[in-house]
Amino acid sequence: MKERVAIVGIGVTGFSSVSPSLSFKELTYTAAVKAYQEAGLHPKDIDSFITASEDFMEGYSIFDEYVPDQMGAVMRPVQTVTADFLQALGIGCMMINTGRFRTIAVEAHSKVSNIKTLDEVKAFALDPVYIRPLKENADFLAGLEMKRFLEETGNTEKQCAQVVVKNKTNALRNPHAAHAANLTVDDVLSSLPLSLPLKELDASKPADGAIMVVLASEKEARALCQKPVWIKSISWFSGQGNPWCRNFAYADYAQLAAQKAFAIAGIINPLKDLDFAEICDEYSYKELQHLEAIGIARKGEAGFLTQTGATSLGGLLPVNVSGGSLGVGHTYEASGGMKVIEAVMQLRHEAGMRQVPNAKTGLVQSWRGIPTATGAVAILSNE
Amino acid sequence: MGFRKVAIVGAGITKFVRRAQETGPEMSYLASKTALDQAGLKLKDVEMITLGSAPDAFDGVHMKGEYLLSGAGGNNKPYIRNFVGGGTGVFAPIHGWMHVASGACDVCLVVCSEKMSSCHPHPQGAFLTIFDHTTEQPLKPTLIWIFALEMRRYMETYGLSKADIARVAVKNKNNALDHPSAQVAEAVTLDDVLNSEVLAEPVHRLDISPASDGAAAVVLASEEVAKRLTDKPVWIDGVGWNLDTAYWATKDLYYPRYVEKAARMAYEMAGITEPHKEIQVAEPYDPFDYKELHHMEGLLLCERGEAARLTAEGFTARTGNLPTCPSGGALGVGNPIAATGLMKVIEIFLQLREEAGKRQIPGKPRVGVAQAWGDLMQVGTVIVLRR
Repeated sequence: MKERVAIVGIGVTGFSSVSPSLSFKELTYTAAVKAYQEAGLHPKDIDSFITASEDFMEGYSIFDEYVPDQMGAVMRPVQTVTADFLQALGIGCMMINTGRFRTIAVEAHSKVSNIKTLDEVKAFALDPVYIRPLKENADFLAGLEMKRFLEETGNTEKQCAQVVVKNKTNALRNPHAAHAANLTVDDVLSSLPLSLPLKELDASKPADGAIMVVLASEKEARALCQKPVWIKSISWFSGQGNPWCRNFAYADYAQLAAQKAFAIAGIINPLKDLDFAEICDEYSYKELQHLEAIGIARKGEAGFLTQTGATSLGGLLPVNVSGGSLGVGHTYEASGGMKVIEAVMQLRHEAGMRQVPNAKTGLVQSWRGIPTATGAVAILSNE
Repeated sequence: MGFRKVAIVGAGITKFVRRAQETGPEMSYLASKTALDQAGLKLKDVEMITLGSAPDAFDGVHMKGEYLLSGAGGNNKPYIRNFVGGGTGVFAPIHGWMHVASGACDVCLVVCSEKMSSCHPHPQGAFLTIFDHTTEQPLKPTLIWIFALEMRRYMETYGLSKADIARVAVKNKNNALDHPSAQVAEAVTLDDVLNSEVLAEPVHRLDISPASDGAAAVVLASEEVAKRLTDKPVWIDGVGWNLDTAYWATKDLYYPRYVEKAARMAYEMAGITEPHKEIQVAEPYDPFDYKELHHMEGLLLCERGEAARLTAEGFTARTGNLPTCPSGGALGVGNPIAATGLMKVIEIFLQLREEAGKRQIPGKPRVGVAQAWGDLMQVGTVIVLRR
């Protein structure tokens, strides 16, 4: 990157499984007000605005109509990307690097509790010619993927269950979390089958909430902010688009994105150079698969690392101290955002009971969910 | 800090049709392949891809960007979809500009694809759910219904007749006779338009662009790469976009303020102070005939209320002082939403390279502007190109 880009303000509503008293507009407004306040900026000082969202999740065709009002962005350059928040953040960094923009606000929210037919919406993402006619719940792809991943790498269902136990326990220390719980490995293993070997507790549960992050160029950031968090790099990749041509065992998108992000940020040994990682754990096995793809764990060893506590808070490299999607909740396009918020709080040393001591550099990774092979990796640092 | 210069070095476009046999990914492939061939590049030379496509409801696929990915060349590449409703077609190359101008990559493929015919029985159905679910959807509005309001307001404000507006449809549909991608090019007369069936007074059938399937693509390159690839690069000199409130019913509809704001943003970047003098060719978005007039005024190409008179006097014909929609526009070439906007950018690209064939305007144009619009009368996207 040509110019350093910093996060100078964050706003988050917290997450809950339902939010009957607030519309998505009010959620967004709440997060936006907090973020602008923290950044010490008025919306008119923001040069451009970005939202990450998908029409069918929002219940509107052309959802970007409903973006500007609650962000204070009416009659301003606003854009929507239909991608994860982390990719939207990457577009924000790009815009600052063009030299034409100094401050950017990036927003994402989730109001999944409004969706009556979430499973049908997810199934609607399946290819209409080749896969949708099978009339399967979209989770069947996750089951296939998990089976193949465990087969090829030697990781076990029990180790996947340990991911669930770890993340849900971590979430008990996160006041934003919606799905924290004290569970045992047996609880997970004996939960109802979704698409074996995938079980009910292996899958994250949806949550509502909104997030906003204010980005600024280096010069602006120094003037605005005592504790800027620097974005060292953001990179995203899509793997094979067609699920039927994909190697289910590997998350090639995460590998490609991490390689590029590490090269730009100068990360040579992720295990040493990173102090914590927020990894996409929409399903329990995904955390293991992503750890191996990124190169934090060697092939087949991510489960073992989890089992021995290396990825727990206080371990060699804490993974998902926030509680991850399993503990905080699955927030769809806002998933990467929830993890970015955690990373910023860790790097400002404001994470309270779940603070990773002396955290200097962290990794955030996202995946767009079934049936995609698209994901992003960001490296954030406080120095 | 100055931004890196970005050029368009190749363009591709499919035929616009009512019901394409090809799927969305296949149309994306056809457009991308043509654009890459023109630029003399292979897919492996492309570092990043951005795709624009309007609502997912057209194709009936959730996460449509991911569905179109394989056809747009996104496998194992950094790929992202951008979306500003009907303004997407011109925003997509702006998004590509961000990729290259920031230094994130040197070569970026920009793809726009729209397959509206998948939406049964008519793509207008997808537009029923664009309105606020509490205050507007119970009234069962359609798009044509609200554009009739806007057209009426525009006519009232400036005392325009139906014929003043219909001349745009006549000009564009006739222009489109020379466009190889055209879907509804027709040698129509003013009477044909005025006597066509009424959809929602004052909107008649021939005031409207058709529903279409189609795709378009351009290859963007940094200055250094562009100069190696072609001796006729066309530079992206200015970009602007702007989104107004979702509460469209609270604003006066006779003038698109958001288009003006977007245009000012682009002109400032391009160093254009007198757009009506400096711009030699324009492709304003014309899904309805009155919108071309609306947008000429929003783009500051003429005084407010003057656009109809300029059209009547032939200023905006291909041989006029300021040719607008020499391609044939959405009214003539067709309107596969996102692909239409990029078709307009491609038209300016071809005009500036003097490669527009029978559509070529005289006088070796040096500067052109393309614009798109959409959402609930809400978004303006503007791009200024220079030879």
